[in-house]
Amino acid sequence: MTTAQAEAATLTETKTTTQVTGSVALLEGLIAEGTDTIFGYPGGAIMPIYDALYDYKEKLSHILVRHEQGGIHAGQGYARSSGKVGVVFATSGPGATNLVTGLADAQIDSTPLVCITGQVYAHLLGTDAFQETDVINITTPVTKWNYQVTDANEIPAVLAKAFYIARSGRPGPVLIDITKNAQLQLFDYEGYTPCEHIRSYRPKPNVRTEYIAKAAALINGAKKPFILFGQGVLLGEAEKEFKAFVEKSGIPAAWTILGAGAIPTDHPLNVGMLGMHGNYGPNVQTNACDVLIAIGMRFDDRVTGRLDKYAKQAKVIHLDIDPAEIDKNVKADVPVWGDCKETLPLLTALVEEKTHTQWLAEFRAYDKTEQETVIQNELNPGSGEMTMGEVVNKLNELTKGDAIIVTDVGQHQMVACRYAKFNRTRSNVTSGGLGTMGFGLPAAIGAKFGAQDKTVVAIIGDGGFQMTLQELGTIMQSGIDVKIMILNNRFLGMVRQWQQLFHEKRYSFVDITSPDFVKLAESYYIAGKKVSEREDLGAALEEMLNHKGSYLLEVMVAKEHNVFPMVPQGSSVSEIRLK
Amino acid sequence: MSNSNETELNGKQEFTITVYTENRIGILNRIAIIFSRRKINIESLNTSPSEIEHIHRFNILIHETEDVVRKLARQIEKQVEVLKVYYNTNEDIIWQEMALYKVPTDTIAEKVSVERLLREFGARAVVIRKDYTVFEATGHREETDKLIEVLQPYGLIEFVRSARVAIIKDSDGFNRKLREFERRDPGEEVIENEFLDKEKNVFSM
Repeated sequence: MTTAQAEAATLTETKTTTQVTGSVALLEGLIAEGTDTIFGYPGGAIMPIYDALYDYKEKLSHILVRHEQGGIHAGQGYARSSGKVGVVFATSGPGATNLVTGLADAQIDSTPLVCITGQVYAHLLGTDAFQETDVINITTPVTKWNYQVTDANEIPAVLAKAFYIARSGRPGPVLIDITKNAQLQLFDYEGYTPCEHIRSYRPKPNVRTEYIAKAAALINGAKKPFILFGQGVLLGEAEKEFKAFVEKSGIPAAWTILGAGAIPTDHPLNVGMLGMHGNYGPNVQTNACDVLIAIGMRFDDRVTGRLDKYAKQAKVIHLDIDPAEIDKNVKADVPVWGDCKETLPLLTALVEEKTHTQWLAEFRAYDKTEQETVIQNELNPGSGEMTMGEVVNKLNELTKGDAIIVTDVGQHQMVACRYAKFNRTRSNVTSGGLGTMGFGLPAAIGAKFGAQDKTVVAIIGDGGFQMTLQELGTIMQSGIDVKIMILNNRFLGMVRQWQQLFHEKRYSFVDITSPDFVKLAESYYIAGKKVSEREDLGAALEEMLNHKGSYLLEVMVAKEHNVFPMVPQGSSVSEIRLK
Repeated sequence: MSNSNETELNGKQEFTITVYTENRIGILNRIAIIFSRRKINIESLNTSPSEIEHIHRFNILIHETEDVVRKLARQIEKQVEVLKVYYNTNEDIIWQEMALYKVPTDTIAEKVSVERLLREFGARAVVIRKDYTVFEATGHREETDKLIEVLQPYGLIEFVRSARVAIIKDSDGFNRKLREFERRDPGEEVIENEFLDKEKNVFSM
């Protein structure tokens, strides 16, 4: 332990004053907030913090990424798999601007992050100094909150506020920009006090019992009630409360891709995935139900399809922690503001115990149609080229639904979300709202750091993999165990699918070539294999899963295969196409 | 109002949004981008201290439908450093704009009618110099606009007008508004002011 560290440690206990640098105060604060892992990349303007970090190696594990975008996606993966706040370091200028995609992704998917960026000396602000960029104004639209620190005295309180804002209410990314002078400045450190209240910020709206009663009355009178659930259930850590509500009310429940895993895939009341490439039943039945109960979801356009033809026949009950979500896209007849961990038990207490056997059977009938028309061929094509679905299905057989599945964006993502089994919460890590290609590989690294006892499988397309493949270097250096499965169809598949269906097969710049992925992995000392034949798939997957350490498996899949069902853009959910 | 026909056609009308915020660097930008992101033009914007120390009050004038304004208000209120947002139609508020007019002094001295006109518009002279005189007038947009028209023939040198400042009308109307908020909003209104007088006891930086 260095002197500074020893001094800081004593202070935290006794609250007497000692001089420490802003950088030391920052690291002490991170430790006090329970941070164990930082994803980052050093540079000029953040050097004092990295210098301090040198003495904190035992308490704070720093993972050196290969690009700041990789760093922030890793932070997201960590937050999503662990439920903790992801912490990311980057330097000023290009370091900070490289965070923007990840911030936008975390903002739209409500992922709690605290990002620390270095900034030029305060006296140089606005002078176009080397690596100076206006990080605060660039990141304002994509952060829940951000703040520029120019004086070390502010650091403990600002960091406390940052963590509180990032994880409370509807979570989101927070960025603190710290000028170099503040990092170096010695100040009287009085220890770290976590933040519990900000007067202008109400993370949770008050629960209004009259609306709970109204919601329960609607549910109890419903003949065809239908539950839609989203990530709010996971973020509110309300999986148990949600399960109790679903089971008592006996209402069929369908999920958004970020809500996957809130109840297990095999639960008898789990009727599947919503949205553009979701299951047949949930989409069609949205326009047949009489009461729609939306829980912790925000009616994204990929879920609703055409809004003016969305569930018009139904009374809508909307449970959400964010008041701005109520009536934003779909008008709620009964708004239930609040944390669903609090509102769900209140609702469960008032709903009658029921089984909607007939109504549930309707869902199962649609399932049968989908099974026969789509799923069967997708999962067991028997001959011809391999499909993405059969690869995911084979993986299910081996992982039994216990692995954390991280995906990138595109066809493989929809297939993975549709067919992967999720036994437990926080096991589907995907870029939902922003649809960020390149998310998969770095997010998988972070997800593994956030849940080290779990198998993490990254399912990535040949296009997305090439956007952030530099993070193979992070895997190599950190020695983390991530299973990478590239589903290679030699196309930017989702765009190609749209070009086929809506642009008369004018395949404009979707034909993408790839390097030898296995050799590429090998150059990073990562084992790998390429599989083109169906009979080799099972053994290859087993080898990947049993391999000690990271492994890259490239699977050659059908070149021009489409993801169905599909709700074409501008169509109603009940106009879902099976082919 | 000149836009009354338009109001009937597309449901848009003037709304004055009142925002109570912490006095922080950057909050103006956070609020402004909520409008620009949706390609909504801010007609006028004023920021000033409020009746409560350290709390700032924004008045933002826009021309939109009520549905859009309600959503904007919620997005603004969602910002960490925003305490409360209200939106009102012109009927709900008392508002004023202040304008300054610079006119050559010799014309004023020569033409008595100018002085009479100024009196009619409730204007007053702020500065009188040999070369020019600056008048100030306060009122609604149409009133200050009308004075420009009137002064133009007398060699108006310079004109400037402030943003709208607005007070939400009497307590009766204000309470009615609050009840409406409570109906669609979970917050009990007492909460918003609970900590306002105890700044030293609450987290602040």
